[in-house]
Amino acid sequence: MITGRVIGSIYSTINHPFYDGKKLMIVEKTDPQGMATGDYLIAIDSVGAGPGEPVLVLDEGNGARQVIGDNEAPLRSIIVGIIDHVG
Amino acid sequence: MMLGKVIGTVIPCVIYEGLQGVPMLLVQPLDKNGNPKGKTLVAADATRMAGPGETIYYEGGREAAMALETTFVPVDHAIIGIVDGIQRDASGGPS
Repeated sequence: MITGRVIGSIYSTINHPFYDGKKLMIVEKTDPQGMATGDYLIAIDSVGAGPGEPVLVLDEGNGARQVIGDNEAPLRSIIVGIIDHVG
Repeated sequence: MMLGKVIGTVIPCVIYEGLQGVPMLLVQPLDKNGNPKGKTLVAADATRMAGPGETIYYEGGREAAMALETTFVPVDHAIIGIVDGIQRDASGGPS
């Protein structure tokens, strides 16, 4: 998993049927100090993360599909936690 | 997934079994602010509705093939959806 911060969300009406009704979040990747690394990814949310929040992102397909409970989903990145503190 | 911009189409005359009729588009990857970043790639269009000039989001790797109707095909990037708009956090930079 990786740490990141939600910096926005994407509106889309034409998309793969799996993504109907799912909110897509833009997550910038962060280092352990919480500074942006410059990279980002687009992930769906499973925990109710909001803009600006530091999050934990699972960036692996089989694990993400297990979270969603759909073996056929074309999905790799999913937000699985909101970070309180990195020690 | 990552953001990209469709900059052209690729028309193959011969293509591997299972990929017949799947649109292939040239995609310029974008950074988080929407500026071009990295090398152009060719992506299969799982929406079948994207066209040049549109901002899209695409997936790479195994999940790319899973987005298509025939899921066991040799594809490494696929367009998953077309971006209507991006709402950014106040600190997230220009939209």
